[in-house]
Amino acid sequence: MLELRGVNAGYGTFQALFDVNLDVKAGEAVGVIGPNGAGKTTLMRVISGLIRPSRGLIKMEGVDLVATPAHKIVSLGIAHVPENRRLFPQLTVDDNLKMGAFMKEARDHYAERLEVVFDLFPRLKERRHQMAGTMSGGEQQMCAIGRAMMSNPKLLLLDEPSAGLAPVVVQQVFELVKRIRASGLTVLIVEQNVQQVLKVVDRAYLIEAGTIRSSGTSAEMLASDTVKEAYLGV
Amino acid sequence: MGMQAFLDVFDIYLLEAVINGILLGGVLALLALGLNLIFGVIDVTWICYAELVMIGMYGMYFMVQYYGFSYFVAAPLTILLVAVLGAALHYLVIAPLLTAPPINQLLATGGVLFVLQSFATVAFGIDFRNLGIRLPVLALGDMNFSYARLLSFVAALVGMVAVYLFMTRTFTGTAIRAISQDRQIMALMGVDTKRIYLITSALGGALAGLAACLLVLQYDVHPFVGLSFGPITFLICVLGGLGNFIGGFIASFVFAEIISLGGLFSDLEWGYVLAFAFFIVMMFIRPAGLLTRRR
Repeated sequence: MLELRGVNAGYGTFQALFDVNLDVKAGEAVGVIGPNGAGKTTLMRVISGLIRPSRGLIKMEGVDLVATPAHKIVSLGIAHVPENRRLFPQLTVDDNLKMGAFMKEARDHYAERLEVVFDLFPRLKERRHQMAGTMSGGEQQMCAIGRAMMSNPKLLLLDEPSAGLAPVVVQQVFELVKRIRASGLTVLIVEQNVQQVLKVVDRAYLIEAGTIRSSGTSAEMLASDTVKEAYLGV
Repeated sequence: MGMQAFLDVFDIYLLEAVINGILLGGVLALLALGLNLIFGVIDVTWICYAELVMIGMYGMYFMVQYYGFSYFVAAPLTILLVAVLGAALHYLVIAPLLTAPPINQLLATGGVLFVLQSFATVAFGIDFRNLGIRLPVLALGDMNFSYARLLSFVAALVGMVAVYLFMTRTFTGTAIRAISQDRQIMALMGVDTKRIYLITSALGGALAGLAACLLVLQYDVHPFVGLSFGPITFLICVLGGLGNFIGGFIASFVFAEIISLGGLFSDLEWGYVLAFAFFIVMMFIRPAGLLTRRR
């Protein structure tokens, strides 16, 4: 579904990604793990077009993303839940969800999508007239995921969904990810919470200093010495 | 003259002035909304905003006086004309300077102000012109209100309600409200920010066009007519907090009342002097505006 080949990317003169190759097949949940500053967020941003690769190829179902304007990438079925959620704090939950359905294709199915999202997150329905910025971190994360789901995506990019949340809420967020997976959505998830993320994904990539160091199934990654020592503390 | 008789007369004039202040406030609020919209969404101040109104007033003048259009045909055409002008201003002047320092944007729109004034002087001359429409005066007891002001007030309110509905009910309006809160992620929503900026500029222009249709009923047109209400619009927006719609709305009526009541006690010019003096004092007391801007 999604393929990256030899992608280099960065900010100005700072290069954050080096020759990244990555694949996500339809129906899969794939994790990207690695330390702070390894380039995980850059990887997400380069897929959704917020930054452009200096070299390499990115394709979504055969369509060249590098040649697609950033605001048209969501129409190809890629929804990105950014790091730190990035809700519109002064807009209501309803209006935030509305923004998720901005593109033409989603706008036509706005009412249906709203129902799907409210089924998934009944809490959002209760809070629909509340300013998004006044909700708890967990509710904001629901709203951010809900906003992305409004576009009826094929591929969901989740950037650190557990960051800054209380441990109990982190559990809930991973439960959510499981449910989203069960609904048949393909998921690419970036996480520092390695233990948790390896429980919900099929495969994972380990990224360090902008380079993919290793990859494998969740079981292989859990068993690998590098991952164990550096990220699981055993 | 007894004390009671003095009070009777005084109260009537006071009431008349208060009501006239409210009527004036409606049109000022319309202008403030347009300027605040541009600032709130694009983060640029259109120094030449009142000059767009001036061009619109000339549009009304020529359509009505020269081509013989009826007022109600000329008005929507003028609104459209100034909306296109607003979009062109964005496309030609603002868009290339979006990432430039604010002072450059300010100088550029300031330059447009002089270009428009000079253009009007060369093209239309410095004569004062009017529509030749004299609307009757409504007498309520001893008080007199001009229909021009009443019509302007109602039309300005209708215009503001229309903008409110657009901003709250439509996808594009919601995007206009969202964009100032997080510009970078708009692409993730499938929003083309360039297009939203252009629509917002056209909307700001349309509001200037509507104001032109209303002001031309009360004021003569000349190339420098923008100076009569441009500066006061800026003071209103700054007092209300730049980009704060509600603050701008309240500040419009505060200023309008000061001008109207100040004019009651002496000349209208003194009303303006009082309004500007009030502004200076307020800038010391509340430098961030009446209501601090919600970020």
